Amino acid sequence: MSQGLINAIQSTQPSSIARRDFLKFSAVLSSTAAGGLLLGIQYVQAGGKSNAAKNAMQRPYLEDQANTILSPNAFIEINAAGNVTLVMAKVEMGQGVYTSIPMLIAEELEVDLKQVSLRHAPPNDKLYGDPMLGAQITGGSTSIRAMWEPMRQAGAICRNLLITAAANQWKVDAADCVATNGQVKHRSSNKSAGYGELALAASKLTVPKEVKLKTPEQFTIIGKPLHRLDTPDKANGLAEFGLDAKIANMHYAVIAVCPVFGGKLMSVDDSRAMASPDVIKVLTIDNAVAVVAKHTWAAKRGLDALTIEWDEGKNNTVSTQDLVNDLKKAAKKKGAVATNEGDFNKAFKQANKTFEASYEQPFLAHATMEPMNCTVHVTKNGCEVWVGTQVPTFAQKTAAAVLGIAPEKVKLHNYLVGGGFGRRLETDNIKIAVSFAKQMTVPIKFVWTREEDIQHDMYRPYYFDTLKAGLNQKGLPVAWSHRIVGSSIMARFAPDSVKNGVDADAVEVAKEPPYTLPNLYVDYVRQEPRGLPTAFWRGVGATRGTFVVESFIDELAHLARQDPLQYRLALLDKTPRLKNVVQLVAEKASWSNAKQSAKGKGISAMFAFGSYLGTVVDVSINAEHEVKVNKVVCVVDCGIVVNPDTVKAQIEGGIVFGLTAVLHDEITIKNGRVEQNNYNDYRMMRINETPVIEVHIVQSAEAPGGIGEPGTAAVGAALTNAIFAATGQRIRKLPVGNQLKKG
Amino acid sequence: MKQLTINEKTYDIDVQGDTPLLWVIRDIVGLTGTKFGCGIAQCGACTVHLDGKPVRSCVLPVSSITEQKITTIEAIGEQASGKKVQQAWLDVEVMQCGYCQSGQIMSAAALIRDNPNPTDADIDVAMAGNICRCGTYTRIRQAIKQAAKEKV
Repeated sequence: MSQGLINAIQSTQPSSIARRDFLKFSAVLSSTAAGGLLLGIQYVQAGGKSNAAKNAMQRPYLEDQANTILSPNAFIEINAAGNVTLVMAKVEMGQGVYTSIPMLIAEELEVDLKQVSLRHAPPNDKLYGDPMLGAQITGGSTSIRAMWEPMRQAGAICRNLLITAAANQWKVDAADCVATNGQVKHRSSNKSAGYGELALAASKLTVPKEVKLKTPEQFTIIGKPLHRLDTPDKANGLAEFGLDAKIANMHYAVIAVCPVFGGKLMSVDDSRAMASPDVIKVLTIDNAVAVVAKHTWAAKRGLDALTIEWDEGKNNTVSTQDLVNDLKKAAKKKGAVATNEGDFNKAFKQANKTFEASYEQPFLAHATMEPMNCTVHVTKNGCEVWVGTQVPTFAQKTAAAVLGIAPEKVKLHNYLVGGGFGRRLETDNIKIAVSFAKQMTVPIKFVWTREEDIQHDMYRPYYFDTLKAGLNQKGLPVAWSHRIVGSSIMARFAPDSVKNGVDADAVEVAKEPPYTLPNLYVDYVRQEPRGLPTAFWRGVGATRGTFVVESFIDELAHLARQDPLQYRLALLDKTPRLKNVVQLVAEKASWSNAKQSAKGKGISAMFAFGSYLGTVVDVSINAEHEVKVNKVVCVVDCGIVVNPDTVKAQIEGGIVFGLTAVLHDEITIKNGRVEQNNYNDYRMMRINETPVIEVHIVQSAEAPGGIGEPGTAAVGAALTNAIFAATGQRIRKLPVGNQLKKG
Repeated sequence: MKQLTINEKTYDIDVQGDTPLLWVIRDIVGLTGTKFGCGIAQCGACTVHLDGKPVRSCVLPVSSITEQKITTIEAIGEQASGKKVQQAWLDVEVMQCGYCQSGQIMSAAALIRDNPNPTDADIDVAMAGNICRCGTYTRIRQAIKQAAKEKV
């Protein structure tokens, strides 16, 4: 997620953390000085807080219990037995935050990770808002970037209180006391006391305003490839995702939304469904039907027995081609200017050689393995919602808005997320589920079939990009223009962020390419896809932008008859960390031998999410003109690394996610309906097609960068550049699909 | 009324015969480790063992089950191959979101029980029916090889 998006969400969520508090956070984030910032907005009074049981993370957050005696901030609770519970402000969706954030706290709190229990944070922007995003959002690869300092501060403040409590008790100098492994020790006398013994006394102390954080040389936890805390229960079936919520007396429902976007329900004949075994009720809302039954299959069987008439509305003739034509027509308009440096037109006219190319990237579904779902119980006094969401406070507000009640009346139970990728930044599932559930008095689990999930996703927009460049006699760019045409997600998600018509996400990477490009002009034309809802998708603007910029620079290198690696290096002096990873990945992938040994190598360079990636993809093409991806090598410089194994895992998985889409996937529209149904026609990469993936991490003391999305964003162009190297065929329209066969 | 043996326990189940085993396990018996992913045997998230053989429970009508014993992720650790696979999954840190991993582990446990020395090609055949959207495949391959080497 871009800095633009970050600013955007801050400024457009007035009901979340107050502006003043952002500034406090921002100030701390941008400086290394330790401050008392957490206390300004996140102070929770000691005493009376909960003592979450072991394995609490499997469950929604627990009711308050009376055993916690020390809780100097909203993230740490210690009881008299010395049990430490860490409250997770971020949502675990596979990216490893339920380990990396505990590592940050434990580093300063001086506890072993084996000693801590975890608990999902309840919805509360003020206590648990992301300092970069301004609300309780897990997304945009911000978790470590935003929480790096506040979480260590939270741990250090608590440690400081425990040491002071011990020193007071022993009547010794606090400077002679040290915290280690859940205990405070007095060096001179060898006295020691566990955190549990000290918690009550510590809770009565004034919380310090200044705490000193460790320097990197002092780290004993940060930087180690520690095992994850969330995985043991994911190996034995005990981990609970939203779809696994178990509520007493719960019914199950399966839904059908009007297949044409924007259409409504006209009529439904439920006589056969009501006669179907175990069906309890058929519910309707303006654009959908739900069958409620004793179990999911009975509901599905009932749904199949309905006769539904839809009022399809005005979009029922729309096809993908219509939407693409809209984009191409819009591309002739002048856009909102994102960058204008030098004089593009003049430099382009005077150039030695010019080149122009357009690129198309399709609509994409998220296709998380856990289909969309939501369990709701509407009662006289409010509502309970059980769901895995990336946006707990938005989820709460969505349910409240449907019911016309205050958000506090909605009790949200968050769960482990069975794949987010941007899909669970949206709360459309909650809106639908609550709209149905309010018609009944029992808890109901709403399950989206895979078909419903794919056909009623909120899609990565279709983008149409056109670039022009003028080259000098050496073949280097002296003029560069880039027009992006597509849906504005920000205009819906954070409307106030769109300044002068520029959607910061849509122009990500394009707006500020890492290369030296004199006479740079970038503009954006918004064109919405007639009723089709759009949303963020893993890698967000960087996935779109990197594919285009890294394809075009590759085209220019070939036009200039230069090696694509050397061409990039010649233009990367202004981004030295990127230049470094590109040089390193070339070495690791034996790029210099590419001409002799393997024709099919492609490269990409990316700076996004605060991280620098050099990626080389090696492909071969078989006799049936199918692409086989043999190997991907990626060098990443993401600054200070909290858990190197998680960084590797995220890059590996991100690469597979990116390759899957670029090779295979597109959502297409016919008669206003999504044509794809399930994993049979919305294809996922499988183990037999997965390449060897090598990830190398650059040692760095710079501020941490994001890691959940960069692998996905960086790999696409490296793949299509490799296909060009292997075949001479330039892929300008995704997915690759069977284009090589036609060619 | 039908009797099913799941993880060595017997359950009396009262559902229509066309009901897929998946929904009986999840909604009626209440074991939610077995996951719903696609409903058409394309993704493998619902994999359970039927007399030791991996099957996609989302397309298996309960009426087709007679005497066979059903094993789910919750009990696979009681078998040597399942225990080895679960441990290797943790050692290698295969899991990300984890939603598909019950199914991956069930497929892998059957593979290494029957084939103590699986080749890459064997792994491809046994595991290609299991989708992982997080893309953990390289680690799945590594973990299977590690588990296969472990002595009981």
